[in-house]
Amino acid sequence: MSLSHYLIVAGVLFVIGLAGLFANRRNILIMLMSIELMLLAVNTNFVAFSSYLNDISGQVFVFFILTVAAAEAAIGLAILVVLFRNRRSLDVEQLDTLKG
Amino acid sequence: MFGWSDLVTALPEIIVLSMACLVLLVGLVLKPEKDGLLVSLTMLTLVFAALVTLRDHLGAEAFVAREAFNGAFVRDTFGDVLKLFMYMVMAAVVVFAKQYLRNRSLFKGEYFSLALFALVGMMVMVSGNNLVTLYLGLELLALSSYALVAFDRNHLKATEAAVKYFVLGALASGMLLYGLSMVYGAAGSLQLQNIAQAAATQPDARLLILGLVFVLVGVAFKLGAAPFHMWVPDVYTGAPTATTALIASAPKLAAFGLAVRLLGEGLGPLQIHWQSMVAILAVLSIVIGNLFAIQQTNIKRLFAYSTISHIGFMLLGFVGGADGFAAAMFYIITYALMAAGGFGLLIVLSGKGVEVENIEDLKGLNQRNGWLAFLMLLIIASMAGFPPLVGFVSKLWVLKAALDAGYLGLTIIAVIFAVIGAFYYLRVIKVMYFDDAQTDEAIVASVDARFFLNVLAIAQLALVLLTPMLLDVCSSAIAAL
Repeated sequence: MSLSHYLIVAGVLFVIGLAGLFANRRNILIMLMSIELMLLAVNTNFVAFSSYLNDISGQVFVFFILTVAAAEAAIGLAILVVLFRNRRSLDVEQLDTLKG
Repeated sequence: MFGWSDLVTALPEIIVLSMACLVLLVGLVLKPEKDGLLVSLTMLTLVFAALVTLRDHLGAEAFVAREAFNGAFVRDTFGDVLKLFMYMVMAAVVVFAKQYLRNRSLFKGEYFSLALFALVGMMVMVSGNNLVTLYLGLELLALSSYALVAFDRNHLKATEAAVKYFVLGALASGMLLYGLSMVYGAAGSLQLQNIAQAAATQPDARLLILGLVFVLVGVAFKLGAAPFHMWVPDVYTGAPTATTALIASAPKLAAFGLAVRLLGEGLGPLQIHWQSMVAILAVLSIVIGNLFAIQQTNIKRLFAYSTISHIGFMLLGFVGGADGFAAAMFYIITYALMAAGGFGLLIVLSGKGVEVENIEDLKGLNQRNGWLAFLMLLIIASMAGFPPLVGFVSKLWVLKAALDAGYLGLTIIAVIFAVIGAFYYLRVIKVMYFDDAQTDEAIVASVDARFFLNVLAIAQLALVLLTPMLLDVCSSAIAAL
């Protein structure tokens, strides 16, 4: 398998994540999953380039991204819990009190 | 490996980071009646960090930029100038926030701890010398700001704003990272200098340019430049005003630092490619920011759209080479001071059980408190860009930079929309001075809050006299990059 195969897979994953973020109108949890998918696509990219370039620093970056993604998920879920307590739903369409 | 000298280079960051942890611990064990200690600790941290940052510049020998941690971190004049203004703005915001949080029983150690963590993130953002460091600084700032927006957790609007901020912020980080992975793949290194070298020498820059587009989108999201500005008005309106003041002021300096590091330093050789894209961002921000601000009745939302237009003006500087970068730096520094002052006044006016949200809430401010109204006048007139305030001078320099770079059409559009923008600023001034007050409730402001308000507002006048000096500092900082 050549570099471009990996890059294409990563690109497809990234676009699926992006599409999930914009097309999803039901649940904010699905948005969190889409964001995670985008970050994993980036990780695939970094690992593929790192292996292709024979340079270890790309793989080190992946560790940092994984850690930050975990912290991000923790904060995101905490915000979702607070939102659910206030509103009793996670419906994206109901997030419309702020507009103009 | 790294040793003692690396730690000394990053001393300001280390101080702020350890104090953030200390404030978090102290906040847990402190008795409620002694909670003033949290503010004192935070202020002490800021003063101490400022002294440590300044120390190397005031010594007998000239300051030389130093790299640390195998080149992952750099301590240069550019970063230090931005850091000094960050300390100042953060100190003002913390003092303003104190009373606001007390009145709403939100006064907890977490606020100050999160503010300091955000500050560490900002400091790393302006001092990062490779992609990992820049990304980590950005995320530290972003994660702290999400939590700060959701700080009033029983407030529906604040949580909604936090969700929107989180989703769009994470999307922006994803875009930025995807771009960074492309840049890494094309340049073969995470080090900014190596990326610049690869960008200058590679004959086929297609992969780099693809990465550049994603990086630019990510940076524009973080700056809040149109068409990636959707989160700005909602987050500014929904967040508690104390948090709005925080995310509207110092992080703009950090986002500017990130943009300069990535676009100027790393991808500088590709300037011909990103120049036109930045010009589009600038013009859209100025047009959208000013047009949408006209119809706002909520003052926080009005300031949000005004921020978007100010970011547009700042981006105008980016098209003008080194002089343009210096003008943009001057612009963003003065803007951070204006924003802190403007939101600070809103905080001071929001007393116990009163929330200043709409322009109408400012009615007759002159009758209620003439001096505060005058300070607000100075800040708003400076935002609008009336001479002889510094907002006029900073606009002049970015416009000159854009003009020198040959962007005549862009400059004309910017000037026209600056005039249109003056309309909504003047409306606020009219409401303050010519409408009758609806309440005659006294405005309670603590001595330290009043001190910082005076400093920030008078700075709008005083900085005009200091313009040549500050502009010199900015130029030399950019030249030393």
